[in-house]
Amino acid sequence: MNQPLLLTATQKAGPAVTATVGGLVLLVLLALPLLSLLPADSPFQVSAYTLTLTGKILCYAIVALALDLVWGYAGLLSLGHGLFFALGGYAMGMYLMRQASGDELPAFMTFLSWTELPWYWTGTEHFWWAMCLVVLAPGLLALVFGFFAFRSRIKGVYFSIMTQALTFAGMLLFFRNETGFGGNNGFTNFRSILGFGITEPGTRAALFFATVMLLVASLFLGWRLARSKFGRVLTALRDAENRLMFCGYDPRGFKLFVWVLSAVLCGLAGALYVPQVGIINPGEMSPTNSIEAAVWVALGGRGTLIGPLLGAGVVNGMKSWFTVAFPEYWLFFLGALFIVVTLYLPKGVIGLLKKRGEQ
Amino acid sequence: MPTALYRFIFACLLLLPPGAYADDAGDFAAADNSRQAQLLESWAAQPTAERAALINDLQQGQISVDGQSKTLRLNNRLRGLIETAQASQQLLAPDPKLRLAAALQLQKSAKPAQLAFLGRQLAGETDSTAHSALSLALANLQLVDPDPAVRLAAVRLLGETGEPLARTRLETLLQDGVETDAKVRIAAETGLAQVKRKLLIGDLLGQAFSGLSLGSILLLAALGLAITFGLLGVINMAHGEMLMLGAYSTYCVQLLFQRFAPGAIEFYPLLALPVAFFVTACVGMLVERTIIRHLYGRPLETLLATWGISLILIQLVRVLFGAQNVEVANPAWLSGGLQVLPNLVLPYNRLVIIVFALAVVFLTWLLLNKTRLGLNVRAVTQNRNMAACCGVPTGRVDMLAFGLGSGIAGLGGVALSQVGNVGPDLGQGYIIDSFLVVVLGGVGQLAGTVYAAFGLGIANKILEPQIGAVLGKILILGLIILFIQKRPQGLFALKGRVID
Repeated sequence: MNQPLLLTATQKAGPAVTATVGGLVLLVLLALPLLSLLPADSPFQVSAYTLTLTGKILCYAIVALALDLVWGYAGLLSLGHGLFFALGGYAMGMYLMRQASGDELPAFMTFLSWTELPWYWTGTEHFWWAMCLVVLAPGLLALVFGFFAFRSRIKGVYFSIMTQALTFAGMLLFFRNETGFGGNNGFTNFRSILGFGITEPGTRAALFFATVMLLVASLFLGWRLARSKFGRVLTALRDAENRLMFCGYDPRGFKLFVWVLSAVLCGLAGALYVPQVGIINPGEMSPTNSIEAAVWVALGGRGTLIGPLLGAGVVNGMKSWFTVAFPEYWLFFLGALFIVVTLYLPKGVIGLLKKRGEQ
Repeated sequence: MPTALYRFIFACLLLLPPGAYADDAGDFAAADNSRQAQLLESWAAQPTAERAALINDLQQGQISVDGQSKTLRLNNRLRGLIETAQASQQLLAPDPKLRLAAALQLQKSAKPAQLAFLGRQLAGETDSTAHSALSLALANLQLVDPDPAVRLAAVRLLGETGEPLARTRLETLLQDGVETDAKVRIAAETGLAQVKRKLLIGDLLGQAFSGLSLGSILLLAALGLAITFGLLGVINMAHGEMLMLGAYSTYCVQLLFQRFAPGAIEFYPLLALPVAFFVTACVGMLVERTIIRHLYGRPLETLLATWGISLILIQLVRVLFGAQNVEVANPAWLSGGLQVLPNLVLPYNRLVIIVFALAVVFLTWLLLNKTRLGLNVRAVTQNRNMAACCGVPTGRVDMLAFGLGSGIAGLGGVALSQVGNVGPDLGQGYIIDSFLVVVLGGVGQLAGTVYAAFGLGIANKILEPQIGAVLGKILILGLIILFIQKRPQGLFALKGRVID
């Protein structure tokens, strides 16, 4: 086979290379926030733009990992993970809005001439409660939806469609001003988090660091999960659900657990995304965003843990570059990427890089 | 009739110098706003054929004095008065349609000074619809008549109509201190109840009709999807874009007609139907041959790949036609509507689309149940391997069925172009709804799709006024999730013993 030399070399080198490259990337990511704190005239200084962009992509990488847990391992393609991401983001946004407005109502409520906060805003001025909401809101929604969906054994494309309809409904709901989440504009103009100014270099660096930590933690969690018996049951469920049931397993609990776990991870990623990017609006819930996350996972390689991270990085990096360089061709490229990946790269980039013997 | 008023008007007429009409324009141009309003009111009460040109000019915001044309500055009040005067003029027109339109306008805006004029016109009116419209306009004015008997007759007349306007008139009459006569009050109350009942019937029928209309559109959007999903088990995310391509084909056909056959432009939708079917069917078959065929047995990947196709198609249309909506005009025979009740108008385009959707379903049914291709499609849908063993060319059947499904979406696109905006994002708005139709209706039987489409359409439109469009959609989604707890395969499922 004629393959690029680099590819052959990587395939020969095996896990040692993966570990080395992974370690290097982690080191760079940990160094980035420190470099951003250097004075502006230093040659190693990392600009706030680069840091924010990388932080954003890292948040997306967590989403990709979460999606991979349900799709790559359990075979449930969710087209609604943007909803969980946005719910986590909105929960964090509520806290940030309360911080920005102090004792008064957030500005968008004053425009609507509301006199008091809706009940679900209760307690959002406390950071700990906002953090609880970040976990609870996506978690509970996933629990309820998953319970009904898995109970009636909705799977395959049916499941994908229902999740897509779910995020679409969520988007419509959050677009309304009456829902109490800022309608069209969502939340923006944040000032401070835990008393620190949100645009301070130190805060940015800390948020970035937290994102890297969350990514490492979810990677570790995913790794433990994949190696455990639980992970193997999930894979069996993906490959032959009926046979698994004949073996005496009840798939519902397994599916529900990994589904809720994935939703919570997405929520946490959303909560870290909002303070770094500085805005959250219902557009995050649009079905387009969620389905784009699926191509990150597919490009990187499903059923692997590194693949989704790679995919999220590559696609989002390309997107940042394309939308500046050739804005009108980005959708052509993205569409072609969807087709090429599904037709020619069923195992993603990671599948290419793996040794042929392992495949 | 108030003879005093006649006398007054007659006296006014006597006072006018002969040849006053010629100076009307000059008077109007020279007068200040309040005097202009007075002039307009008196003209509305006394329309003459000579003044028609002047009022026409006024409506354009122009006035010509001594052969010179001037632009006028009009405020909203004056504009309203000009409309009224214009309507008065139109009552003299020989065409009963014009008179009817004028009478309808006067129902809203007639001034008390016109009472005598309207009475005379009513006596001479021959057209029955114009007569009843005019009598209502007169009744509106008579509500303030000093004679209780006249008021009573007017109230009764208003009570018998189902006009939305009659309700507001009667409600104002019933406000405290407006009407003093007890008999008239009672008549007004019963009349109001009557009017409200009639309006309610009209509203309910209107909701049912818009539900049917939405259902027929969903049906056109979902029918092709149901066929391809039933046959191949894959969701074609680019199905919405087939709708969009159908609508753009309509636009192109319209352009061609404008360029080469402007005389026959009335009939462009008829030619657009085969063109749209052909274009979308070809695109569908091309997509099936080049991409989807390679992904059989991997439905989730197909979903993603077809999403990629839809992105490319949307962007392609954006590059070719621009990101803005393009204009697709209704031909004359599709615009306007059928007035069934005073507050219920059934637009012709929606009526035609309901009939069209049913015709498409019927043709599809014929195709699936009475032709060899249909037999093959049904066989492959039920059991692909067995059909292949019996010599059904499954690959060909897949391609043709995919073409058929896409072509039906193209036909739906022609229909959509007649009721909504045509833009690159047209298909995106329908794709989720049509999926829900397929999920609810189940695959393998046309009846499921038909019931689900109309059911969802009507449910949407019934919930919309009660709890709002968005909450209605969410509620329906919740209901569907609960429904498939009970019937995971949808309303109509093929019974079989296949298990994966």
